Amino acid sequence: MANKPQGRSHQLLQILLYPLNWLEERTSLPGRSGIVGGIKYFLFRKVPSDISWGHTLGSAALTAFIVQAVTGVILAMYYKPDPNSAYESIRHITDDLWAGWLVRGMHRWGASVFIILLFLHMGRVFLYGAYKYPRELNWIIGVLILVLGMMEGFFGYLLPWDQTAYWATVVGVNLQATGPFVGPFLGDVLRGGSEIGPDTLARFYSLHMLVIPGALAALIGLHLWLVVRIGVSSPPWSPTEAGRPEPGPPPAPRKGLVAPAPRNGLAAPVSRGARRR
Amino acid sequence: MNPRHDVDPHEGQGTAHEPTPTIWPVGFAVGIACIFVGLIISKIVLVVGVVLTAIFGFLWIRDATRPFRGEEAPAEPEPSRALPPGTPAARTSGPDPGQGEIVRFPRSKFLEATTLGLGGLIGVIVTAPVLGFTVLPPFIKQGHPKIDVGAIEDFPENKFVIATYLLKPEDGEVSRRTAYIRNNGFLDESPSFTILSNRCVHLGCPVQVNGLPLDDEAKTEKTAGDNVVTRIPTAAAAGFGCPCHGGQYDTEGNRTAGPPVRALDRYQFEIVDGRLLLGQTFSVSDVDGTGAEAKIHTYRLAGPGQHVDGPEGWLYPVQPPR
Ligand code: HEM
Ligand code: FES
Repeated sequence: MANKPQGRSHQLLQILLYPLNWLEERTSLPGRSGIVGGIKYFLFRKVPSDISWGHTLGSAALTAFIVQAVTGVILAMYYKPDPNSAYESIRHITDDLWAGWLVRGMHRWGASVFIILLFLHMGRVFLYGAYKYPRELNWIIGVLILVLGMMEGFFGYLLPWDQTAYWATVVGVNLQATGPFVGPFLGDVLRGGSEIGPDTLARFYSLHMLVIPGALAALIGLHLWLVVRIGVSSPPWSPTEAGRPEPGPPPAPRKGLVAPAPRNGLAAPVSRGARRR
Repeated sequence: MNPRHDVDPHEGQGTAHEPTPTIWPVGFAVGIACIFVGLIISKIVLVVGVVLTAIFGFLWIRDATRPFRGEEAPAEPEPSRALPPGTPAARTSGPDPGQGEIVRFPRSKFLEATTLGLGGLIGVIVTAPVLGFTVLPPFIKQGHPKIDVGAIEDFPENKFVIATYLLKPEDGEVSRRTAYIRNNGFLDESPSFTILSNRCVHLGCPVQVNGLPLDDEAKTEKTAGDNVVTRIPTAAAAGFGCPCHGGQYDTEGNRTAGPPVRALDRYQFEIVDGRLLLGQTFSVSDVDGTGAEAKIHTYRLAGPGQHVDGPEGWLYPVQPPR
């Protein structure tokens, strides 16, 4: 079953591809691609031909999330979640450690960038009507991501343990505690007691660096899976808009907003624009 | 060579799918071991190790890349294969499935149910204590311990003293809290104090004295239970103000302006052997009158921002234990 001898470069390529093929063969089923094929599909899948820069905002938010995750993990190597050392450890990161100011700055400013990008992405999806059938579930997942993203910001804000952090958290938690009926209990759970103390800081740290990022990563995975599975919607003004019949020759001129948009059931909106080019 | 003929991601290009069998890694591993041992005990062993590693490494690479170089790999006996499931001979008894139909045996249903049930039970057994551990401790042993903040004589009559103390000395400075204490003199033989919490009843910021703290006269005292108490007398306190959103209170703690929803919380107190002990705090909707004569409308301690009276008070029917 061996190859016929071929050029050197071909041999080299084969050797380089060998690990990839190895991986693919061990993760695939008959007629279905495995990890390598999946990643290839993800990277080279077809998207509508008339997408724009607005469609890159989701990936931008993903990039911001990855930056937060990486810089956060590094900060966690030096941060000490204890009332007596938290502030000093942050000062140490900023003033003493090599490039500590940079990593901390990236994490701090990146947090705002992440939230801003979430809102911009959400705005794009909203204005394009891309939340409509069959993508409602992805909108719902997106809302959860947004809420968790803001919780990340809230729990992270306490960690520098300076006066701003402390009192902002006092106010923030008490605000939650004014919620009707369960509010007072929610406040105690958030603080880890009736008063802010050492347990509050450790609790916020655990939520900020383990619980919520984990949940976020899982939701982002689901989100992207749905994006790939359903395909990206084309803009509302697109001639190949999802749900329109195949543009046979000659393409019917659109007459303003009243142009009829026949629906072909489930199959049509799911198809990707480029397929219909 | 490839036992799974059904899987061929190379789409019939006929590349080998498994590494060529070779025994050279054994020599390679011996070489590596020699290097490590040699590093510690002797240069000669080290050199031998390097030579072995190089030779066997070369042989291994030569074998492993043979298919890519277009040489035939040594043949390998085809592994004997068991009957694939689904061949008639492999099946024993049971109803015959129609095309595309799944056959359910009662036993499989039973096993399914028990697996799900047991799995669920184990899940609950594991989750319940963990969840309880997360949620319950914040509600246990919360109240305010009795705190000795000084002798009665340390509190001049009709002047507010800013007293700070450690709520939990074992937690250190994080637990420092502030009370505004005014000695109202005597009301029918018994001493009267107005003791306000500095926790703003808007959202919990530290309320400040609208007046002059006499920092030069501040006193620090170690009191019972390893507590470190400071007392700062004030001159002419005209009330209290909050730095966060501008809430204002008069000298009885009544709200006079801004977003707070009720009067400042107060402390229960006790006098033991001439010393003032602060106890649990409680909430106050408003206060009529002043000083020793004041009529205080008291409620169970509620969080900042929570109404204690009126229809809004109905939103907080139960408070966590204190
Ligand atoms: C961690 C945060 C998020 C990441 C990494 C993310 C990522 C993405 C990516 C890469 C896409 C592909 C198309 C595009 O970029 O426009 C997408 C689509 C989408 N996103 Fe997000 N997103 C996030 C948050 C949100 C939020 C907050 C919402 C709304 C509440 C949302 C709703 C949607 C919807 C409905 C789509 C489908 C749009 C279409 O197919 O045209 N996402 N997301
Ligand atoms: S916390 Fe005092 S006015 Fe808001």
